[in-house]
Amino acid sequence: MPREGILIENPIERLSGEQVRQIHGASIDILNDPGLLCFNKKAAEVFQANGAEVSAISGSGTPCWGVKIPENLVAGALESAPKTVKLGARNPDNTLIMNGDEPRVFFITGSETNIWLDVDFSTYVSKTDPSKEVKVPEFKPRRGTVADLCDSAHVCEQLETVDGYIRTVNIQDKDITEDNKDVNKFFACLDNTTKHVMSGLTSLKQLDNVVRMAEIIAGGPDKLKENPLISFITCLVKSPLQFVDDTTETFMEVCKRGLPIVVSSSPQAGTSAPIKEAGIMAQINAEVLAGITLGQLVNRGTPVLYGSVPVRARMDTLGDSYGSVETSQYNIDCVQMARFYKLPNYSTSGVSDVKIPGQQSSIERLFSDIVVTMSGPQFLHCAYGLLDCNSVFCLLQAVLDDAHFKMIKFFLKSPRINEQEFNTVKKQIKEVVATPQKMFINYIRPVMRSGEISPPYPFEAEGEVDSVFALANERLQELRAKPVEHIDPETTARIFREVPGLLARLNVHKGDG
Amino acid sequence: MSEDILSLLKENVIQGRKTGEDIGIDESLSGTPGVVDLVNSALKDNISPELIIKEALTSGMEVVGEKFSTREYFIPDMLASADAVGAAMDILKPLLEASNVETKGKFVIATVKGDIHDIGKNIVAILLKGAGYEVNDIGIDVPEEKIISVVRDDQPDYLGLSALLTTTMTEMDVVIKSLKESGLRDKVKVLIGGAAVSDEYAGEIGADAFCADAFQAIRALEEFEGA
Repeated sequence: MPREGILIENPIERLSGEQVRQIHGASIDILNDPGLLCFNKKAAEVFQANGAEVSAISGSGTPCWGVKIPENLVAGALESAPKTVKLGARNPDNTLIMNGDEPRVFFITGSETNIWLDVDFSTYVSKTDPSKEVKVPEFKPRRGTVADLCDSAHVCEQLETVDGYIRTVNIQDKDITEDNKDVNKFFACLDNTTKHVMSGLTSLKQLDNVVRMAEIIAGGPDKLKENPLISFITCLVKSPLQFVDDTTETFMEVCKRGLPIVVSSSPQAGTSAPIKEAGIMAQINAEVLAGITLGQLVNRGTPVLYGSVPVRARMDTLGDSYGSVETSQYNIDCVQMARFYKLPNYSTSGVSDVKIPGQQSSIERLFSDIVVTMSGPQFLHCAYGLLDCNSVFCLLQAVLDDAHFKMIKFFLKSPRINEQEFNTVKKQIKEVVATPQKMFINYIRPVMRSGEISPPYPFEAEGEVDSVFALANERLQELRAKPVEHIDPETTARIFREVPGLLARLNVHKGDG
Repeated sequence: MSEDILSLLKENVIQGRKTGEDIGIDESLSGTPGVVDLVNSALKDNISPELIIKEALTSGMEVVGEKFSTREYFIPDMLASADAVGAAMDILKPLLEASNVETKGKFVIATVKGDIHDIGKNIVAILLKGAGYEVNDIGIDVPEEKIISVVRDDQPDYLGLSALLTTTMTEMDVVIKSLKESGLRDKVKVLIGGAAVSDEYAGEIGADAFCADAFQAIRALEEFEGA
């Protein structure tokens, strides 16, 4: 049985049907004029061979082609792109089935950050009243390592609401190079979680090694097609409207192999896209449609996710402001656009602008997590543990995020309003009104342990203190101590024999036998 | 035999099953006799009321208390168990009186005049009864004259006054002054509770204790007993 996710029965929509069609029309106009700037020759040739108007652009010193994509190419791609995408998993019970016209949400981690945030607790004593002590979390940033990635994958395996895993931290060990980074990051993830694993690629040269690793785990090439336990995300688009040479190449190669892939665009309203909502929406939609079109031209039927990571610029620095309210608005708009095309959507929420966990982080992420979830994206990259936009990852924050996603999932359960319920409660009301105490407490117990009553916030302290961080840290340590469900020794040995570049220290079975 | 029935009785206290119709936590007990039936069976088997209280009711409530402190149980569980024990005590009370065994104490409880909010008062009444106190709940919106009259006639060890509203909490002061004027103040400990009142207010009006919840009330009573 695949994972259930959470079905949003009445997804919130910001756009009217007319506005959705207007955005689509504007995107089609943009793809035709000015069209794309394509820095990848093969992609330009694919577009040209299929009827796009392609012209070489000279003068910049870098080979570049102007590509004007006609509406019929886009329409053909939207027709051939699968409306259902299956993301497999090492444990088949963690499979994710995403239907483009069904707002069933799955919560996924990510993105790749450079900084890993450790947390430690110091005790401070009041100067005025030495009997008063308070434990204060202190956060220490450092560069992420492959051991951190293993740790993160293992903890996220234990977090109940996490449906799938995007690598959370960039591995920057001294013995990690461009040539071995991809195999090691995929192995670190796959060996420490049985959930679906998605990642980007650092080097196209490593693609086949990564695919080979996944094939060995799945049981062969055909089994991997049946159970695609890995998928890829590529930022082939650089806004505005540019196809980058190397990521476009990677994108096309993944498409040729038929594995699921996210066509992701991340324009920033105010700098790389217009500040106006209509502008960023028309542009991001054009960019994603162009990517989907290229993918389908390369390999019809390639499973793609409509990937949207729109963000508004900060006015003080012109950096990203994922915590801004507009960012959630853009993401919800994108969910609607993907649903209009009946394609599964990859959307973003939960990213905070602040550098450490705290009140700002809680407010920003909970706000966007609630509203974007309620719009019904299939693949919600909801940024467990992510801070400082996309720069910092903190496992303690991921544990806190899991707690609030439990609340969100509970909130989105279907109302239990039906004749049977009314018959039961009318009887209860009649009985209780006839008693001297007139309390319904006796009727709580049968439902108290049935899952019908939401659990209390798990990190609530007693008395007039806030111990959320300390209690969440205790929970984190409990999760860390749980046994890891590694890949079996035989499969691991085969991976290490057949896939070059893996770090010996990642083989947890190397001393066995 | 007596061990079997006492053990079953204790388990049903832990499960909070007053009667066979009650649903406890362990579904396998559904339809089997609850505390009331088991107490009657135990008495038929000539098991003494003192042994029933000690080996089944009190020890069962101790387990419930432990489960509550570890958050395995919540207030509705505590209340169900206390309610079951309260029903058992109603059966045992005449037998205890006949053999001159005293209860932990008499407790009169009321929501004061002008106030009809009684959820907290009811919870306190159920838990105190389950804890072995003889509870006389005289209701809501109770005028000072009636409270004085009950205290005079019943001679309780404790008087619990409840008020939710800031506009009605002053009635507690009226009751305490009236107890003094009637010469009854020294004969009864007065405990106050409710959202509007506080430890500070208890001190101001001369109450013996402020109880934020039912558990604090039980602790306060235990302290009075130990004093």
